[in-house]
Amino acid sequence: MGANLFNNYGEAVAMILFVIGFGNLMLQSNLIKKIIGLNIMDTAVYLFLAEKGYISGRVAPIVVDGIQSTEAYINPVPSGLVLTGIVVSVSVSALMLSLTIRLYQRYHTLDLDEISLRLKKEGL
Amino acid sequence: MSRMKSEEEYRKTKAFHFFRWLSGEKDPYVGNLEMKPQKEYIEEEASLRERMRENQMVMDKVYDTRHNKWLFLFRRFYRIMAVVFCAMLAGLLLFTVSYLPPTGNASNPDNNEVAERYIESGMQETGAVNIVTGMILTYRAFDTFGETNVLFIATCCVMIMLMVEDAELKRQEVMNDRRFEPKNDAILQGAAMILVPIIFIFGIYIILNGHLSPGGGFSGGATIGAGMILYASAFGFKKTERFFDEKIYKITKVSALCTYGLIGIYYYVTGANGIENHIPLGIPGHIVSAGIIFPINICVGIEVACTMYAFYALFRRGGL
Amino acid sequence: MRVFQYILLSFLVVCAISVSFSKKLLNSILIFMSYSLVMSIIWICLESPDLAITEAAVGAGVTSVLFFVTLKKIHAIEEDSHKGEKESMIEQRRR
Repeated sequence: MGANLFNNYGEAVAMILFVIGFGNLMLQSNLIKKIIGLNIMDTAVYLFLAEKGYISGRVAPIVVDGIQSTEAYINPVPSGLVLTGIVVSVSVSALMLSLTIRLYQRYHTLDLDEISLRLKKEGL
Repeated sequence: MSRMKSEEEYRKTKAFHFFRWLSGEKDPYVGNLEMKPQKEYIEEEASLRERMRENQMVMDKVYDTRHNKWLFLFRRFYRIMAVVFCAMLAGLLLFTVSYLPPTGNASNPDNNEVAERYIESGMQETGAVNIVTGMILTYRAFDTFGETNVLFIATCCVMIMLMVEDAELKRQEVMNDRRFEPKNDAILQGAAMILVPIIFIFGIYIILNGHLSPGGGFSGGATIGAGMILYASAFGFKKTERFFDEKIYKITKVSALCTYGLIGIYYYVTGANGIENHIPLGIPGHIVSAGIIFPINICVGIEVACTMYAFYALFRRGGL
Repeated sequence: MRVFQYILLSFLVVCAISVSFSKKLLNSILIFMSYSLVMSIIWICLESPDLAITEAAVGAGVTSVLFFVTLKKIHAIEEDSHKGEKESMIEQRRR
Protein backbone atom coordinates (compact mmCIF):
# COMPACT_ATOMS: atom_id res chain seq x y z
CA MET A 1 0.00 0.00 0.00
CA GLY A 2 1.56 3.28 -1.09
CA ALA A 3 1.76 6.34 1.02
CA ASN A 4 -0.62 8.65 -0.76
CA LEU A 5 -4.02 7.22 0.11
CA PHE A 6 -5.03 9.97 2.51
CA ASN A 7 -3.36 12.65 0.50
CA ASN A 8 -5.41 11.80 -2.56
CA TYR A 9 -8.71 11.74 -0.68
CA GLY A 10 -10.68 13.10 -3.64
CA GLU A 11 -9.54 10.32 -5.94
CA ALA A 12 -10.19 7.67 -3.29
CA VAL A 13 -13.77 8.91 -2.89
CA ALA A 14 -14.12 8.88 -6.69
CA MET A 15 -13.10 5.21 -6.74
CA ILE A 16 -15.52 4.35 -3.93
CA LEU A 17 -18.35 6.09 -5.80
CA PHE A 18 -17.44 4.19 -8.97
CA VAL A 19 -17.70 0.87 -7.18
CA ILE A 20 -21.00 1.86 -5.54
CA GLY A 21 -22.43 2.81 -8.92
CA PHE A 22 -21.19 -0.42 -10.47
CA GLY A 23 -22.72 -2.46 -7.65
CA ASN A 24 -26.03 -0.69 -8.27
CA LEU A 25 -25.83 -1.53 -11.92
CA MET A 26 -25.22 -5.22 -11.27
CA LEU A 27 -27.34 -6.00 -8.24
CA GLN A 28 -30.55 -3.98 -8.51
CA SER A 29 -33.38 -5.46 -10.46
CA ASN A 30 -35.33 -2.24 -10.92
CA LEU A 31 -34.49 -0.63 -14.25
CA ILE A 32 -34.54 2.97 -13.06
CA LYS A 33 -32.14 2.27 -10.22
CA LYS A 34 -29.77 0.67 -12.72
CA ILE A 35 -29.81 3.87 -14.75
CA ILE A 36 -29.12 5.93 -11.63
CA GLY A 37 -26.18 3.62 -10.90
CA LEU A 38 -24.76 4.24 -14.36
CA ASN A 39 -25.04 7.99 -13.82
CA ILE A 40 -23.21 7.70 -10.51
CA MET A 41 -20.40 5.82 -12.26
CA ASP A 42 -20.15 8.57 -14.87
CA THR A 43 -19.87 11.40 -12.36
CA ALA A 44 -17.29 9.46 -10.35
CA VAL A 45 -15.03 9.23 -13.40
CA TYR A 46 -15.42 12.95 -14.03
CA LEU A 47 -14.47 13.69 -10.42
CA PHE A 48 -11.32 11.64 -10.84
CA LEU A 49 -10.35 13.45 -14.04
CA ALA A 50 -10.89 16.89 -12.57
CA GLU A 51 -8.82 15.98 -9.52
CA LYS A 52 -5.93 15.13 -11.80
CA GLY A 53 -5.96 18.62 -13.21
CA TYR A 54 -6.04 20.49 -9.94
CA ILE A 55 -2.88 22.19 -8.69
CA SER A 56 -3.02 23.64 -5.22
CA GLY A 57 -2.54 27.36 -4.82
CA ARG A 58 -3.48 28.32 -8.37
CA VAL A 59 -6.64 29.78 -9.87
CA ALA A 60 -9.04 28.87 -12.64
CA PRO A 61 -7.68 29.08 -16.21
CA ILE A 62 -9.06 32.49 -17.19
CA VAL A 63 -6.40 35.03 -18.07
CA VAL A 64 -6.48 37.88 -15.57
CA ASP A 65 -4.33 41.02 -15.85
CA GLY A 66 -2.42 39.61 -18.78
CA ILE A 67 -0.52 37.11 -16.64
CA GLN A 68 0.20 34.19 -18.91
CA SER A 69 2.78 32.14 -17.12
CA THR A 70 2.18 28.51 -16.32
CA GLU A 71 2.78 29.19 -12.63
CA ALA A 72 -0.54 30.94 -12.14
CA TYR A 73 -3.19 28.59 -13.55
CA ILE A 74 -4.29 24.99 -13.14
CA ASN A 75 -4.04 22.43 -15.91
CA PRO A 76 -6.82 23.18 -18.42
CA VAL A 77 -6.71 19.90 -20.38
CA PRO A 78 -8.73 17.58 -18.08
CA SER A 79 -11.38 20.29 -17.76
CA GLY A 80 -12.02 20.16 -21.49
CA LEU A 81 -12.30 16.36 -21.42
CA VAL A 82 -14.86 16.39 -18.62
CA LEU A 83 -16.96 19.02 -20.40
CA THR A 84 -17.47 16.65 -23.29
CA GLY A 85 -18.22 13.84 -20.90
CA ILE A 86 -20.99 15.60 -19.01
CA VAL A 87 -22.94 16.30 -22.17
CA VAL A 88 -22.53 12.74 -23.46
CA SER A 89 -23.75 11.42 -20.11
CA VAL A 90 -27.06 13.28 -20.40
CA SER A 91 -27.59 11.90 -23.91
CA VAL A 92 -27.02 8.35 -22.69
CA SER A 93 -29.43 8.83 -19.79
CA ALA A 94 -32.16 10.18 -22.05
CA LEU A 95 -31.78 7.27 -24.46
CA MET A 96 -31.96 4.69 -21.69
CA LEU A 97 -35.01 6.31 -20.13
CA SER A 98 -36.87 6.22 -23.43
CA LEU A 99 -36.02 2.51 -23.72
CA THR A 100 -37.43 2.02 -20.22
CA ILE A 101 -40.70 3.71 -21.19
CA ARG A 102 -41.12 1.46 -24.22
CA LEU A 103 -40.31 -1.64 -22.19
CA TYR A 104 -42.90 -0.67 -19.61
CA GLN A 105 -45.54 -0.07 -22.25
CA ARG A 106 -44.94 -3.57 -23.56
CA TYR A 107 -44.50 -5.61 -20.39
CA HIS A 108 -46.09 -3.44 -17.63
CA THR A 109 -43.28 -4.12 -15.21
CA LEU A 110 -39.99 -2.48 -14.29
CA ASP A 111 -38.35 -5.63 -13.00
CA LEU A 112 -35.58 -6.90 -15.24
CA ASP A 113 -35.87 -10.53 -14.07
CA GLU A 114 -39.57 -10.61 -14.99
CA ILE A 115 -38.92 -9.12 -18.39
CA SER A 116 -36.16 -11.58 -19.28
CA LEU A 117 -38.35 -14.47 -18.11
CA ARG A 118 -41.21 -13.38 -20.36
CA LEU A 119 -38.81 -12.93 -23.25
CA LYS A 120 -37.59 -16.49 -22.82
CA LYS A 121 -41.16 -17.76 -22.72
CA GLU A 122 -42.06 -16.00 -25.92
CA GLY A 123 -39.09 -17.57 -27.53
CA LEU A 124 -37.12 -14.50 -28.59
CA MET B 1 -43.14 -37.32 -80.59
CA SER B 2 -41.41 -39.21 -83.33
CA ARG B 3 -41.77 -38.10 -86.93
CA MET B 4 -41.07 -41.48 -88.39
CA LYS B 5 -43.99 -43.18 -86.78
CA SER B 6 -47.54 -42.12 -86.17
CA GLU B 7 -48.93 -41.23 -82.80
CA GLU B 8 -50.53 -44.53 -81.91
CA GLU B 9 -47.52 -46.55 -82.96
CA TYR B 10 -45.20 -44.33 -80.93
CA ARG B 11 -47.23 -44.88 -77.80
CA LYS B 12 -46.56 -48.57 -77.98
CA THR B 13 -42.78 -48.32 -78.14
CA LYS B 14 -40.43 -48.79 -75.21
CA ALA B 15 -38.79 -45.39 -75.67
CA PHE B 16 -42.06 -43.60 -75.02
CA HIS B 17 -42.68 -45.67 -71.93
CA PHE B 18 -39.14 -44.99 -70.68
CA PHE B 19 -39.35 -41.23 -71.12
CA ARG B 20 -42.77 -41.06 -69.56
CA TRP B 21 -41.51 -42.96 -66.52
CA LEU B 22 -38.46 -40.67 -66.35
CA SER B 23 -40.49 -37.48 -66.29
CA GLY B 24 -43.06 -38.90 -63.89
CA GLU B 25 -46.17 -38.03 -65.86
CA LYS B 26 -47.91 -41.27 -65.40
CA ASP B 27 -49.06 -42.64 -62.13
CA PRO B 28 -48.18 -46.34 -62.33
CA TYR B 29 -50.99 -47.42 -59.98
CA VAL B 30 -53.98 -45.76 -61.59
CA GLY B 31 -56.08 -48.43 -63.12
CA ASN B 32 -54.15 -51.14 -61.33
CA LEU B 33 -55.21 -50.73 -57.72
CA GLU B 34 -58.61 -49.84 -56.48
CA MET B 35 -58.50 -46.47 -54.72
CA LYS B 36 -61.33 -44.64 -52.97
CA PRO B 37 -61.56 -40.82 -53.10
CA GLN B 38 -59.86 -39.28 -50.05
CA LYS B 39 -61.67 -37.22 -47.39
CA GLU B 40 -60.13 -33.99 -46.08
CA TYR B 41 -58.69 -34.35 -42.58
CA ILE B 42 -60.21 -31.72 -40.25
CA GLU B 43 -58.73 -31.55 -36.81
CA GLU B 44 -61.18 -31.75 -33.99
CA GLU B 45 -61.59 -28.83 -31.62
CA ALA B 46 -61.15 -30.96 -28.55
CA SER B 47 -57.86 -32.47 -29.63
CA LEU B 48 -56.51 -29.05 -30.62
CA ARG B 49 -57.41 -27.59 -27.25
CA GLU B 50 -55.92 -30.60 -25.51
CA ARG B 51 -52.65 -30.16 -27.36
CA MET B 52 -52.49 -26.46 -26.52
CA ARG B 53 -53.23 -27.13 -22.88
CA GLU B 54 -50.46 -29.68 -22.67
CA ASN B 55 -48.09 -27.23 -24.34
CA GLN B 56 -48.98 -24.56 -21.80
CA MET B 57 -48.47 -27.01 -18.92
CA VAL B 58 -45.03 -27.93 -20.19
CA MET B 59 -44.05 -24.25 -20.59
CA ASP B 60 -45.24 -23.44 -17.08
CA LYS B 61 -43.30 -26.31 -15.63
CA VAL B 62 -40.12 -25.45 -17.50
CA TYR B 63 -40.21 -21.73 -16.74
CA ASP B 64 -41.42 -22.12 -13.20
CA THR B 65 -39.04 -19.97 -11.26
CA ARG B 66 -40.27 -20.26 -7.75
CA HIS B 67 -39.74 -23.96 -7.23
CA ASN B 68 -36.64 -24.29 -9.28
CA LYS B 69 -33.76 -25.16 -7.00
CA TRP B 70 -30.99 -24.50 -9.49
CA LEU B 71 -32.27 -21.05 -10.38
CA PHE B 72 -32.54 -20.10 -6.75
CA LEU B 73 -28.99 -21.26 -6.06
CA PHE B 74 -27.71 -19.44 -9.13
CA ARG B 75 -29.31 -16.21 -8.05
CA ARG B 76 -27.74 -16.49 -4.64
CA PHE B 77 -24.38 -17.31 -6.18
CA TYR B 78 -24.64 -14.35 -8.56
CA ARG B 79 -25.39 -11.92 -5.78
CA ILE B 80 -22.59 -13.12 -3.55
CA MET B 81 -20.08 -13.13 -6.38
CA ALA B 82 -21.18 -9.63 -7.43
CA VAL B 83 -20.57 -8.28 -3.93
CA VAL B 84 -17.21 -10.06 -3.73
CA PHE B 85 -16.22 -8.73 -7.14
CA CYS B 86 -17.15 -5.18 -6.20
CA ALA B 87 -15.16 -5.42 -2.98
CA MET B 88 -12.14 -6.74 -4.85
CA LEU B 89 -12.49 -3.98 -7.45
CA ALA B 90 -12.67 -1.36 -4.69
CA GLY B 91 -9.58 -2.78 -3.04
CA LEU B 92 -7.65 -2.86 -6.28
CA LEU B 93 -8.60 0.71 -7.23
CA LEU B 94 -7.77 2.09 -3.80
CA PHE B 95 -4.46 0.27 -3.91
CA THR B 96 -3.71 1.95 -7.23
CA VAL B 97 -4.79 5.35 -5.96
CA SER B 98 -2.38 5.08 -3.06
CA TYR B 99 0.51 4.78 -5.51
CA LEU B 100 -0.48 7.77 -7.62
CA PRO B 101 1.47 11.04 -7.26
CA PRO B 102 -0.08 13.39 -4.73
CA THR B 103 -2.96 15.59 -5.88
CA GLY B 104 -2.25 19.23 -6.37
CA ASN B 105 1.46 18.77 -6.90
CA ALA B 106 2.88 21.04 -9.56
CA SER B 107 5.42 18.49 -10.75
CA ASN B 108 2.93 15.77 -11.65
CA PRO B 109 3.61 14.00 -14.95
CA ASP B 110 0.40 15.27 -16.48
CA ASN B 111 1.33 18.93 -16.15
CA ASN B 112 3.60 18.72 -19.13
CA GLU B 113 4.42 20.87 -22.12
CA VAL B 114 0.93 20.55 -23.60
CA ALA B 115 -0.65 22.52 -20.78
CA GLU B 116 2.27 24.94 -20.94
CA ARG B 117 1.68 25.61 -24.62
CA TYR B 118 -2.05 26.09 -24.12
CA ILE B 119 -1.61 28.54 -21.28
CA GLU B 120 1.30 30.56 -22.58
CA SER B 121 0.37 31.00 -26.21
CA GLY B 122 -3.34 30.34 -25.88
CA MET B 123 -4.46 33.92 -25.91
CA GLN B 124 -2.23 34.87 -28.82
CA GLU B 125 -3.17 31.96 -31.03
CA THR B 126 -6.88 31.76 -30.34
CA GLY B 127 -7.76 35.21 -29.09
CA ALA B 128 -9.85 33.87 -26.20
CA VAL B 129 -9.42 34.99 -22.62
CA ASN B 130 -11.00 31.78 -21.25
CA ILE B 131 -8.30 29.19 -21.89
CA VAL B 132 -10.57 26.15 -21.61
CA THR B 133 -13.12 27.43 -24.13
CA GLY B 134 -10.37 28.49 -26.49
CA MET B 135 -8.81 25.07 -26.21
CA ILE B 136 -11.89 23.00 -26.88
CA LEU B 137 -13.02 25.11 -29.82
CA THR B 138 -9.75 25.63 -31.68
CA TYR B 139 -7.05 23.17 -30.68
CA ARG B 140 -9.56 20.38 -30.05
CA ALA B 141 -12.45 21.49 -32.23
CA PHE B 142 -12.88 18.03 -33.71
CA ASP B 143 -13.73 16.49 -30.33
CA THR B 144 -16.38 19.13 -29.77
CA PHE B 145 -17.83 18.46 -33.19
CA GLY B 146 -18.06 14.78 -32.34
CA GLU B 147 -19.83 15.62 -29.12
CA THR B 148 -22.37 17.81 -30.92
CA ASN B 149 -22.92 14.90 -33.26
CA VAL B 150 -23.60 12.62 -30.30
CA LEU B 151 -26.32 14.99 -29.11
CA PHE B 152 -27.89 15.00 -32.55
CA ILE B 153 -27.84 11.21 -32.81
CA ALA B 154 -29.31 10.82 -29.33
CA THR B 155 -32.22 13.08 -30.27
CA CYS B 156 -32.82 11.08 -33.45
CA CYS B 157 -32.85 7.81 -31.51
CA VAL B 158 -35.25 9.15 -28.88
CA MET B 159 -37.47 10.38 -31.71
CA ILE B 160 -37.46 6.92 -33.25
CA MET B 161 -38.62 5.36 -30.03
CA LEU B 162 -41.06 7.86 -28.65
CA MET B 163 -42.51 9.88 -31.51
CA VAL B 164 -46.15 9.24 -32.29
CA GLU B 165 -47.31 10.00 -35.82
CA ASP B 166 -50.84 8.63 -35.82
CA ALA B 167 -53.39 11.37 -35.17
CA GLU B 168 -55.61 9.23 -32.93
CA LEU B 169 -52.75 7.99 -30.78
CA LYS B 170 -51.40 11.52 -30.58
CA ARG B 171 -54.66 12.82 -29.21
CA GLN B 172 -54.69 9.99 -26.68
CA GLU B 173 -51.17 10.84 -25.57
CA VAL B 174 -52.04 14.50 -25.07
CA MET B 175 -55.12 13.55 -23.08
CA ASN B 176 -53.14 11.15 -20.89
CA ASP B 177 -50.56 13.79 -20.31
CA ARG B 178 -52.78 16.59 -19.07
CA ARG B 179 -55.46 14.59 -17.38
CA PHE B 180 -54.36 14.59 -13.76
CA GLU B 181 -52.94 18.10 -13.67
CA PRO B 182 -54.53 21.43 -12.83
CA LYS B 183 -54.81 23.44 -16.00
CA ASN B 184 -53.70 26.85 -14.80
CA ASP B 185 -51.61 26.65 -11.69
CA ALA B 186 -51.34 30.14 -10.18
CA ILE B 187 -48.02 29.73 -8.42
CA LEU B 188 -46.30 28.08 -11.34
CA GLN B 189 -47.54 30.62 -13.85
CA GLY B 190 -46.67 33.57 -11.65
CA ALA B 191 -43.16 32.30 -11.02
CA ALA B 192 -42.66 31.39 -14.68
CA MET B 193 -43.77 34.82 -15.86
CA ILE B 194 -41.03 36.42 -13.78
CA LEU B 195 -38.30 33.82 -14.18
CA VAL B 196 -38.41 32.81 -17.84
CA PRO B 197 -37.24 36.14 -19.36
CA ILE B 198 -34.42 36.29 -16.81
CA ILE B 199 -33.36 32.74 -17.62
CA PHE B 200 -33.35 33.42 -21.36
CA ILE B 201 -31.30 36.58 -21.01
CA PHE B 202 -28.86 34.83 -18.68
CA GLY B 203 -28.50 31.92 -21.09
CA ILE B 204 -27.79 34.23 -24.03
CA TYR B 205 -25.25 36.08 -21.89
CA ILE B 206 -23.44 32.85 -21.04
CA ILE B 207 -23.29 31.82 -24.70
CA LEU B 208 -22.07 35.15 -26.02
CA ASN B 209 -19.43 35.56 -23.32
CA GLY B 210 -18.08 32.05 -23.72
CA HIS B 211 -14.59 33.20 -24.54
CA LEU B 212 -14.38 35.90 -21.87
CA SER B 213 -15.73 34.27 -18.74
CA PRO B 214 -16.70 30.79 -17.63
CA GLY B 215 -19.46 29.28 -19.69
CA GLY B 216 -19.58 28.64 -23.37
CA GLY B 217 -21.95 26.91 -25.73
CA PHE B 218 -22.90 23.90 -23.64
CA SER B 219 -23.73 25.66 -20.40
CA GLY B 220 -25.63 28.44 -22.11
CA GLY B 221 -27.55 26.03 -24.30
CA ALA B 222 -28.53 23.90 -21.32
CA THR B 223 -29.74 26.99 -19.47
CA ILE B 224 -31.88 28.16 -22.39
CA GLY B 225 -33.26 24.63 -22.74
CA ALA B 226 -34.19 24.61 -19.07
CA GLY B 227 -35.94 27.95 -19.50
CA MET B 228 -38.00 26.56 -22.38
CA ILE B 229 -38.90 23.51 -20.31
CA LEU B 230 -40.17 25.78 -17.54
CA TYR B 231 -42.25 27.78 -19.99
CA ALA B 232 -43.73 24.68 -21.59
CA SER B 233 -44.67 23.08 -18.30
CA ALA B 234 -46.24 26.27 -16.91
CA PHE B 235 -48.22 27.49 -19.88
CA GLY B 236 -48.91 24.33 -21.83
CA PHE B 237 -47.65 23.15 -25.16
CA LYS B 238 -50.14 25.12 -27.24
CA LYS B 239 -48.53 28.41 -26.31
CA THR B 240 -45.04 27.07 -26.84
CA GLU B 241 -45.99 25.90 -30.32
CA ARG B 242 -46.53 29.51 -31.27
CA PHE B 243 -42.82 30.17 -31.38
CA PHE B 244 -41.24 26.74 -31.45
CA ASP B 245 -43.00 24.04 -33.39
CA GLU B 246 -41.65 21.06 -35.28
CA LYS B 247 -40.71 22.84 -38.49
CA ILE B 248 -38.69 25.55 -36.75
CA TYR B 249 -37.04 22.88 -34.62
CA LYS B 250 -35.89 20.87 -37.64
CA ILE B 251 -34.60 23.87 -39.54
CA THR B 252 -32.63 25.38 -36.64
CA LYS B 253 -31.12 22.12 -35.48
CA VAL B 254 -29.88 20.92 -38.83
CA SER B 255 -28.62 24.35 -39.90
CA ALA B 256 -26.73 24.82 -36.61
CA LEU B 257 -24.93 21.51 -37.03
CA CYS B 258 -24.18 22.15 -40.71
CA THR B 259 -22.84 25.64 -40.01
CA TYR B 260 -20.51 24.21 -37.40
CA GLY B 261 -19.40 21.60 -39.91
CA LEU B 262 -18.70 24.12 -42.67
CA ILE B 263 -16.76 26.53 -40.48
CA GLY B 264 -14.88 23.60 -39.03
CA ILE B 265 -13.99 22.20 -42.46
CA TYR B 266 -12.47 25.48 -43.56
CA TYR B 267 -10.49 25.69 -40.32
CA TYR B 268 -9.17 22.12 -40.45
CA VAL B 269 -8.22 22.17 -44.12
CA THR B 270 -6.26 25.41 -43.90
CA GLY B 271 -4.64 24.36 -40.63
CA ALA B 272 -3.62 20.90 -41.78
CA ASN B 273 -2.00 22.14 -44.95
CA GLY B 274 -0.21 25.08 -43.37
CA ILE B 275 -2.15 27.68 -45.34
CA GLU B 276 -2.85 30.94 -43.63
CA ASN B 277 -6.53 31.18 -42.69
CA HIS B 278 -7.59 34.78 -42.87
CA ILE B 279 -9.85 34.82 -39.84
CA PRO B 280 -9.36 38.01 -37.82
CA LEU B 281 -8.58 37.35 -34.19
CA GLY B 282 -9.53 40.76 -32.87
CA ILE B 283 -8.57 42.29 -29.57
CA PRO B 284 -8.77 39.83 -26.68
CA GLY B 285 -11.28 41.09 -24.16
CA HIS B 286 -13.87 42.35 -26.61
CA ILE B 287 -17.00 40.38 -27.37
CA VAL B 288 -16.54 40.17 -31.11
CA SER B 289 -13.11 38.60 -31.08
CA ALA B 290 -11.44 35.21 -30.97
CA GLY B 291 -11.96 34.24 -34.58
CA ILE B 292 -14.20 31.25 -35.07
CA ILE B 293 -15.03 30.75 -31.39
CA PHE B 294 -17.85 33.28 -31.44
CA PRO B 295 -20.02 31.75 -34.23
CA ILE B 296 -19.26 28.20 -33.13
CA ASN B 297 -20.39 28.95 -29.58
CA ILE B 298 -23.69 30.27 -30.93
CA CYS B 299 -24.21 27.16 -33.10
CA VAL B 300 -23.45 24.79 -30.23
CA GLY B 301 -25.71 26.74 -27.89
CA ILE B 302 -28.67 26.59 -30.26
CA GLU B 303 -28.11 22.87 -30.83
CA VAL B 304 -27.97 22.01 -27.13
CA ALA B 305 -31.05 24.11 -26.31
CA CYS B 306 -33.08 22.41 -29.04
CA THR B 307 -31.91 19.01 -27.83
CA MET B 308 -32.92 19.56 -24.20
CA TYR B 309 -36.35 20.86 -25.13
CA ALA B 310 -36.86 18.03 -27.63
CA PHE B 311 -36.09 15.43 -24.99
CA TYR B 312 -38.67 16.94 -22.66
CA ALA B 313 -41.39 17.32 -25.29
CA LEU B 314 -40.87 13.82 -26.70
CA PHE B 315 -41.04 12.26 -23.27
CA ARG B 316 -44.21 14.07 -22.31
CA ARG B 317 -46.24 14.14 -25.46
CA GLY B 318 -44.67 11.97 -28.07
CA GLY B 319 -44.22 14.87 -30.42
CA LEU B 320 -43.00 18.40 -30.60
CA MET C 1 -11.22 24.52 3.10
CA ARG C 2 -10.09 20.95 3.46
CA VAL C 3 -12.70 20.32 6.15
CA PHE C 4 -15.37 21.71 3.81
CA GLN C 5 -14.24 19.35 1.08
CA TYR C 6 -14.26 16.42 3.50
CA ILE C 7 -17.86 17.19 4.47
CA LEU C 8 -18.98 17.50 0.85
CA LEU C 9 -17.28 14.29 -0.25
CA SER C 10 -18.72 12.29 2.64
CA PHE C 11 -22.17 13.70 1.75
CA LEU C 12 -21.65 12.35 -1.77
CA VAL C 13 -20.86 8.87 -0.49
CA VAL C 14 -23.87 8.89 1.86
CA CYS C 15 -26.15 9.99 -1.01
CA ALA C 16 -24.84 7.28 -3.32
CA ILE C 17 -25.40 4.57 -0.73
CA SER C 18 -28.87 5.73 0.21
CA VAL C 19 -29.98 5.78 -3.43
CA SER C 20 -29.65 2.03 -3.59
CA PHE C 21 -31.41 1.37 -0.30
CA SER C 22 -34.53 3.49 -0.62
CA LYS C 23 -37.83 1.74 -1.20
CA LYS C 24 -39.68 4.32 -3.25
CA LEU C 25 -38.51 5.44 -6.67
CA LEU C 26 -39.43 9.08 -6.13
CA ASN C 27 -37.18 9.32 -3.07
CA SER C 28 -34.20 7.87 -4.88
CA ILE C 29 -34.58 10.35 -7.76
CA LEU C 30 -34.69 13.29 -5.33
CA ILE C 31 -31.56 12.05 -3.61
CA PHE C 32 -29.88 11.74 -7.00
CA MET C 33 -30.80 15.35 -7.76
CA SER C 34 -29.11 16.56 -4.57
CA TYR C 35 -26.09 14.38 -5.38
CA SER C 36 -25.75 16.21 -8.67
CA LEU C 37 -26.02 19.59 -6.96
CA VAL C 38 -23.30 18.82 -4.42
CA MET C 39 -21.12 17.57 -7.27
CA SER C 40 -21.51 20.99 -8.88
CA ILE C 41 -20.21 22.67 -5.71
CA ILE C 42 -17.20 20.34 -5.66
CA TRP C 43 -16.30 21.42 -9.18
CA ILE C 44 -16.03 24.99 -7.90
CA CYS C 45 -13.76 23.86 -5.08
CA LEU C 46 -11.55 22.28 -7.75
CA GLU C 47 -11.29 25.60 -9.63
CA SER C 48 -13.25 24.63 -12.78
CA PRO C 49 -16.15 27.06 -13.18
CA ASP C 50 -17.14 25.80 -16.67
CA LEU C 51 -17.82 22.36 -15.29
CA ALA C 52 -19.78 23.79 -12.38
CA ILE C 53 -22.22 25.72 -14.58
CA THR C 54 -22.63 22.82 -16.98
CA GLU C 55 -23.20 20.24 -14.26
CA ALA C 56 -25.69 22.48 -12.45
CA ALA C 57 -27.70 23.09 -15.61
CA VAL C 58 -27.50 19.56 -16.96
CA GLY C 59 -27.26 17.24 -13.98
CA ALA C 60 -29.49 18.88 -11.44
CA GLY C 61 -31.69 20.31 -14.17
CA VAL C 62 -32.35 18.34 -17.29
CA THR C 63 -31.45 14.79 -16.26
CA SER C 64 -33.54 14.91 -13.10
CA VAL C 65 -36.49 16.42 -14.99
CA LEU C 66 -36.26 13.56 -17.49
CA PHE C 67 -36.35 11.05 -14.64
CA PHE C 68 -39.46 12.70 -13.22
CA VAL C 69 -41.20 12.73 -16.57
CA THR C 70 -40.41 9.04 -17.03
CA LEU C 71 -41.96 8.25 -13.66
CA LYS C 72 -45.00 10.27 -14.61
CA LYS C 73 -45.48 8.36 -17.85
CA ILE C 74 -45.18 5.04 -16.08
CA HIS C 75 -47.58 5.97 -13.32
CA ALA C 76 -49.96 7.51 -15.80
CA ILE C 77 -50.58 4.15 -17.34
CA GLU C 78 -51.34 2.65 -13.93
CA GLU C 79 -53.74 5.44 -13.05
CA ASP C 80 -55.43 4.92 -16.40
CA SER C 81 -56.39 1.36 -15.50
CA HIS C 82 -57.51 2.43 -12.03
CA LYS C 83 -59.68 5.13 -13.45
CA GLY C 84 -61.29 2.61 -15.78
CA GLU C 85 -62.21 0.48 -12.76
CA LYS C 86 -63.63 3.43 -10.89
CA GLU C 87 -65.80 4.48 -13.83
CA SER C 88 -67.24 1.03 -14.30
CA MET C 89 -68.07 0.81 -10.58
CA ILE C 90 -69.84 4.18 -10.70
CA GLU C 91 -71.86 3.03 -13.69
CA GLN C 92 -72.85 -0.18 -12.00
CA ARG C 93 -74.07 1.68 -8.94
CA ARG C 94 -76.08 4.04 -11.09
CA ARG C 95 -77.90 1.09 -12.60
